[in-house]
Amino acid sequence: MTTSPIDPGAAPPNVPDELKDNVTITTLAKLLDPVYNWSRRNSMWPLGFGLACCAIEMICAASSRFDFARFGMEVFRATPRQADVMIISGTVTKKMVPTIVRLYNQMAEPHYVISMGACASGGGPFKEGYSVVDGIDKFLPVDVYIPGCPPTPQALLNGMIAMQEKIDQQSIANVAWYRKDDPTAEVVPTPVLGPDLVDIRQVDIIKAEAAKAKAETAVSD
Amino acid sequence: MTDTMLKTPEPSSTPDVYDNPVDEAIAALKKRYPDTVVDDSRENYSGVVVNANNIVEVAEALRDDLGFNYLSSVTGVDLIEDNKLEVVYHAYNIEKGGGAVVLHVQVDRDNPIVPSLVPIFPGADFQEREAWDMFGIRFDGHPDLRRILTWDEFHGHPLRKDWREPFYEADAKPFGSRWPGGSVHRAEEQNIYGKNVQYPSGWVPTGGEYEVETNMYEGVTISRDATPGLKTDKVIVNMGPQHPSTHGVFRMVVTLDGETIMGLRPVMGYLHRNHEKIGERNTFIQNIPYTDRLDYISSMSNNHGYVLAIEKLMGAEVTERAEWIRILMVELTRVVNHLWALGFLLNDLGAMQTPMLYFYIERELVLDFFEAAAGSRMMCNYMRFGGVAYDLPDDVRGQPIMQFLHDLIYDRIPKALEQGDGLMTGNEILRNRSIGVGYLSAEDAIAYSAAGPVLRASGVPYDVRRAEPYSYYEHLDFDVAVRYNGDIYDRFLIRMDEMRQSLRILEQVLPHLKATEGAPIIGSKPQYALRMPAGGEAYGRVENPKGELGYYVTAKRRSSNPERYHVRAPSFINLTALEKMTVGHKVADSVAILGSIDIVLGEVDR
Repeated sequence: MTTSPIDPGAAPPNVPDELKDNVTITTLAKLLDPVYNWSRRNSMWPLGFGLACCAIEMICAASSRFDFARFGMEVFRATPRQADVMIISGTVTKKMVPTIVRLYNQMAEPHYVISMGACASGGGPFKEGYSVVDGIDKFLPVDVYIPGCPPTPQALLNGMIAMQEKIDQQSIANVAWYRKDDPTAEVVPTPVLGPDLVDIRQVDIIKAEAAKAKAETAVSD
Repeated sequence: MTDTMLKTPEPSSTPDVYDNPVDEAIAALKKRYPDTVVDDSRENYSGVVVNANNIVEVAEALRDDLGFNYLSSVTGVDLIEDNKLEVVYHAYNIEKGGGAVVLHVQVDRDNPIVPSLVPIFPGADFQEREAWDMFGIRFDGHPDLRRILTWDEFHGHPLRKDWREPFYEADAKPFGSRWPGGSVHRAEEQNIYGKNVQYPSGWVPTGGEYEVETNMYEGVTISRDATPGLKTDKVIVNMGPQHPSTHGVFRMVVTLDGETIMGLRPVMGYLHRNHEKIGERNTFIQNIPYTDRLDYISSMSNNHGYVLAIEKLMGAEVTERAEWIRILMVELTRVVNHLWALGFLLNDLGAMQTPMLYFYIERELVLDFFEAAAGSRMMCNYMRFGGVAYDLPDDVRGQPIMQFLHDLIYDRIPKALEQGDGLMTGNEILRNRSIGVGYLSAEDAIAYSAAGPVLRASGVPYDVRRAEPYSYYEHLDFDVAVRYNGDIYDRFLIRMDEMRQSLRILEQVLPHLKATEGAPIIGSKPQYALRMPAGGEAYGRVENPKGELGYYVTAKRRSSNPERYHVRAPSFINLTALEKMTVGHKVADSVAILGSIDIVLGEVDR
């Protein structure tokens, strides 16, 4: 955690008694936060990005009966540069995940990730498959998980509202994207496809395993 | 109509009278190639075993002389006990209808080489690539034998029986670690990478693999001065997998001269979810919810194809009420699917969202009915072997069920169609953009194994419900919709026609539903612990809204898991003709042409 621009722990200056009801002592961050968060939560533009079955329910949630637009979310953007929230709507496969990570990295801060449905959250019914990523949270930081296979449009709306409540808790004093040193603001390395999916962050473990396997074969020889 | 279609099979010189063209064709083949075509002796296997070296001439004879000119399905099978790999071909007679001539080709498992059928049946293209990808069967003479569902560097051929996935637990469910003991041990907890990955022993990342999929562009020529007298380059444009018009995670690598498409390569596999590998681990009944997720807009039809295949295999009877309920569900699914297919197509043509939002209202009515009947809006998991899971609900949206269905079928959907017709069919922009664009001739449609509305819009009146009737379709009065121009506009119109025919069928189903109220909806046999009474192979096919959906299932006697489980996905095979349809048109048209095929990626990639 960091200190806000005006230290909240500082003693309030002397205020005459007759003015006490009319004066509020606060911080700049606390003054600005509601404004920032209100505008941010009510204009969450999702990336127009459908992966699988859940995308159909996402379209339903955007259509007239359920109507995202009531929450300021109806503007599906085709480019990540204009989007605020990425709804991972379906099964993430190994072939697709490099693209997803790249899209995530292309989204301007602040950006949020909603993991919609069982597959995106943990692999779902296809978890045991050989070309399925068992949960997008292995690669991207997820803000809200929505259970269901697929989640109904109501469930997606509920997840979006949870997202808004989460945004209400933010403070510009400590959000990652205004800070230089925060590790969460870093770019996620794009995974690559070798004989299987390679997470660049795990290259050292893979090399260690390979060395171990080599040693074992040397012993058995 | 085409020459190939109208060509009648040469009269068989044998004096025997065959009651169907399949037996006749098989007898003719055996007579013509006595040494290379022999009966399949395995229990409950139909068709013939063909020597691998002769498959091309046998296929040619089948197509040209015997009238079986439609190669519907090509798939591999791993016969690990005999140390063999098998390729199974299903060929149909477009003109006469009826069943399939099934050809089996067996090759050595260690050096599996089969001559490619692409020169005879171009529709085998993607399916042979899939068999190469999944089984490592090398198709000699295939023009472009690359992996299709996985990526090029992928290690191994995953559908071989001895290939194991990272989270491997056992060959078949229920896993011994979970049932009947009840203790839980999960393979995923043993994985040192904490992910669903594995690497070949001793493999070290070199950095070379970091440049992925550049070979997609190999062989695509870039020539300067494509147009004489004008200094232009051909450019390669990559569309997808994240593209708003590709209906999901589909990718097209398009070669352009100016705005004109010179070549198009579909790239798929971005939603490859290992349907078949998981399906072969599952028990029979566990596969039903997975079929929902193939073509996720029409899950009821997917259920239907699968239960038909298994019922064939186990020899189950379906109760009368269950059959009527199935037809009700499947035809409503067709309406829902086509409403959205047209919505998406118009979306691709620039009518942003509007037609979709109009059709969405009726779709929601049907989905509410599905939810009341099956418990889920989209993933219905509704059909069972020998019947359906639940009877119709008592009421939907506060209306008694029969009243609701009556309103839906006689009032709401026809009105929606009228409205859609009035708004779209005569629309000048729609007509200008779609008439004459994306032409596919009847010969090509058959050769490329196109199915469903794509085939019928090209003037081939082939519908599985009529050609090889299943369920009660032979008792129902409806017409096979057909259009003759083979362009986007006809593919638009034919979906309108088909919805009207579906309404006709639904109107006939309603009285039967009323008459059979209270009758059993499923046989008395327990399903959850199904063991196949006899081994063999079965191919169940239905006319799914996208086209012919087939399930090829083989099983051993007394087994509770399928030995081989293959899905002949219409969306996947319809894409084979995509390049043919798009070359010569403008790049903006490729989006509309793709929309007119109506693909669902869950089914394309499986």
